[in-house]
Amino acid sequence: MTKPNYISTTNACKLCTPLGAAMAFRGVEGAIPFLHGSQGCATYMRRYVISHFREPVDIASSSLGEKQAVYGGGPNLKKGMLNVMKKYEPKLIGVATTCLTETIGDDVPRIIKEFHDEFGDLPLPEIVEVSTPSYNGTHTDGWHGAVRSLVGQLCTQERPKNDSINILPNMVSCEDIRHLKDICEDFGVAATILPDISETLDAPTLEDYVRIPTGGTTLSAIRSMSGASATIEFGRCLPQETGATVLEKQFGVPAKRIGLPIGLRESDRFFGMLEEISGKTMPLRYGLERGRLVDAYVDGHKYVFGKRAIVYGEEDLVAGICAFLAEIGVNVVLAGTGSRNKGLAKAISEVSSGLTKEMPIVREAVDFHDIAEEGATLNPDLLIGHSKGYQYANAWKIPLIRVGFPIHDRFGGQRMLHLGYKGALNLFDGIVNAMIAKKQSDSQIGYGYL
Amino acid sequence: MSTAILDERKSQIHRIGEGEIDIACNRESLAGAVSQRACVFCGSRVVLYPIADALHLVHGPIGCAVYTWDIRGALSSGPELHRLSFSTDLQEMDVIFGGERKLEAALDELIDRHKPKAAFVYSTCIVGLIGDDIEAVCRKMTAFKGIPVLPVMSEGFKGNKREGYLAACNAMFKLIGTGDTSDIGPVSINILGDFNLAGEIWIIREYFERMGVEVVANITGDGRVDDIRRCHGASLNLVQCSGATLALAKMMQEKYGTPFLRVSYLGIEDMADSLYQVADFFQDKSPGIMERTQDLVRSELESLMPELARYRKDLEDKRVAMYVGGSFKAFSLLKAFRHLGMKVVMVGSQTGTKEDYAELAQIADPGTIIVDDATPLELSQFIKEKDVDLFVGGVKERPIAYKLGVGFCDHNHERKEALEGFVGMLNFAREVHSSVMSPVWKFVPRRAHHASAVTDAPKGDHHD
Repeated sequence: MTKPNYISTTNACKLCTPLGAAMAFRGVEGAIPFLHGSQGCATYMRRYVISHFREPVDIASSSLGEKQAVYGGGPNLKKGMLNVMKKYEPKLIGVATTCLTETIGDDVPRIIKEFHDEFGDLPLPEIVEVSTPSYNGTHTDGWHGAVRSLVGQLCTQERPKNDSINILPNMVSCEDIRHLKDICEDFGVAATILPDISETLDAPTLEDYVRIPTGGTTLSAIRSMSGASATIEFGRCLPQETGATVLEKQFGVPAKRIGLPIGLRESDRFFGMLEEISGKTMPLRYGLERGRLVDAYVDGHKYVFGKRAIVYGEEDLVAGICAFLAEIGVNVVLAGTGSRNKGLAKAISEVSSGLTKEMPIVREAVDFHDIAEEGATLNPDLLIGHSKGYQYANAWKIPLIRVGFPIHDRFGGQRMLHLGYKGALNLFDGIVNAMIAKKQSDSQIGYGYL
Repeated sequence: MSTAILDERKSQIHRIGEGEIDIACNRESLAGAVSQRACVFCGSRVVLYPIADALHLVHGPIGCAVYTWDIRGALSSGPELHRLSFSTDLQEMDVIFGGERKLEAALDELIDRHKPKAAFVYSTCIVGLIGDDIEAVCRKMTAFKGIPVLPVMSEGFKGNKREGYLAACNAMFKLIGTGDTSDIGPVSINILGDFNLAGEIWIIREYFERMGVEVVANITGDGRVDDIRRCHGASLNLVQCSGATLALAKMMQEKYGTPFLRVSYLGIEDMADSLYQVADFFQDKSPGIMERTQDLVRSELESLMPELARYRKDLEDKRVAMYVGGSFKAFSLLKAFRHLGMKVVMVGSQTGTKEDYAELAQIADPGTIIVDDATPLELSQFIKEKDVDLFVGGVKERPIAYKLGVGFCDHNHERKEALEGFVGMLNFAREVHSSVMSPVWKFVPRRAHHASAVTDAPKGDHHD
């Protein structure tokens, strides 16, 4: 069910489209995100992303004023790109539009073409643009749009077929990406992960302030994606056209879509797919990780069975968490996302099949007011989602298990592991311990052994 | 590699001692420069948001409301409506056909649900473009709902943050003069430009109570609509954050004859001086007020000074850079750092005026860098050049300092420590101390290997 159009929003469970694009651009080597709009958008988004990652996040802006809003923002976009080139020497400028420039009708592809014509004598960086009006979709649309634009605009030539695979990982944490890289390396599979925010949004301290942090998917790797043996993209709620489908259509690279590998079964699917594509067997260490996960599931099942959870956030993360909860016997009573028309209910039903007796209530296009209104009648034992649910968990006196983005009332959100057997174990430990802590603090005795 | 400063930004940077200060300011941020500054909407939102029993509805797409959801630590002693994030969440069809009906419906629904004392409706970029007549909608809803529904004309692209402050003052000014003032005494003030971060306004109100001064309205921290409606009955306005509320004080002076004083509650001298100014103002109407104020200041300082001295021993001669929102705060901070024996070597502000910067130049040491509007690359260059031990700023500045291995204190609107008043000075010293003296800086590459051959003298372009 989606709400009728005229109802107000209170405490939104989503972010705006250009933010997702800016975050995705940050995962390309030498890239600087550039928002074509008024200054506030870039500054607000920087602040927001910084509070989660605790890293410098330089996002440029064309800083449009009233005059440009009337006469068009082209000159400011060009001037801004020249200034960014001077100061950052980027390999790529990722231009995302905002509601302002979409509405005044700036033709960004044309402005960029003019820019190439006018300044072709300079060593120009790659410029990739994506249309991200913030009145259309959420930050996940911006993310997927930017990935699609990166592939579509950079990967334009057929490359010799090779054994590498492409992975489009969706909005996951820096630690998740690092884990994916380890998995591929251990499998002996060359992989291009796009975007790769593992270093660029979780960088070490260095001698100097780095204009653009090292790491990120290289441009040459992106250009070579057309020669890969397959593209695996994570997400059961993805748009029809994605980076993977573009590669399939243009270059015949098979697109394989699987859910975020969260929990045992979805991770099995991912590892199975890696085995199938690479023709190699899963390395022993992952077999052991899987074994430890099942062992933990057994050891901890009584603490969690039958508990009632509300899950909210980005649609694919919600589906992934629901997959995992179904395995451990936690009943999801309400699953909500700020996105609309993403097929979340279908995704949850697929990942829970054979495990749960009852489907949760699934709500798209909801805000926290809706979640709280409905949630209050459902008697939940825990909330699972990003930091924005804190005040509701606090009011209901139940634990909030923090996953995804943004986590800005706790430390280390960027280093949180959700994916693979190891990620599932991490989530499981967190949930079991939250339940134990709750039992302990609710008990008059305060058992020392639980 | 080129220097961190773009040519077009050079006139917004000045080093004290290098000729007359003639700094460019109040400009639009330079395209592509990665400014630390936000927009008009941001300016209005930060000023009005702490009015706790009003509904704050952002008319626009979702981002503007989400990014400003409860980000300040502006506390309320009662209602907490201000901590929720309300938006019309404009969609594509609204942009095409106009969002007025949706705005009306949202106001109708939210006012019924929350029964606020007033509603502020913030206009965002997109609303300015599609031409929704929010003033007409607000007039209609005021009549329909029987509470003031006030438009805040804060389209993001209309200028910088200062324009937003003005839009906020214009909106509030419509409330003033609509409440009963009959029971307000002659020794009465309004507190303007304090946002009650971490409960700071409660500290300040307590001082005034001890002096025998009645506080009519807090504008806007821990603010209430009914107080603002009758605040024209107060005898004096105290303006702290002048960027934000000086315009309102001037409007009140013109229309109601209310005089104002510019004050600051940060640091020892400015705090004491502000209280004495108020005592001075009411001397004729309130016998003994000067003595009460002296007692207050004396007793506060007696407990504070020995504690400060302990911190000062460690902090003597450490160097500080700061980048703050309004420049007026920088004066107080500069003096506060002197109390700790620390040297301020760089001062930047998002919204300073020529007068502010000239005044700053008077009190700052030679060689101090003054910067208007700033970018991460400039800030990182100044931190390195001046080899600072501490950076004072807001959330966006924090990772810049940390990456360079420099301690950081949040003295911006997101702080969760009360830094105002005499007790605030102690909290401030404690926080500065724990930032600067932490052993972690010994492990950060830049400072671990760093030779200490840095002087106060400007070095020009020597960037990496």
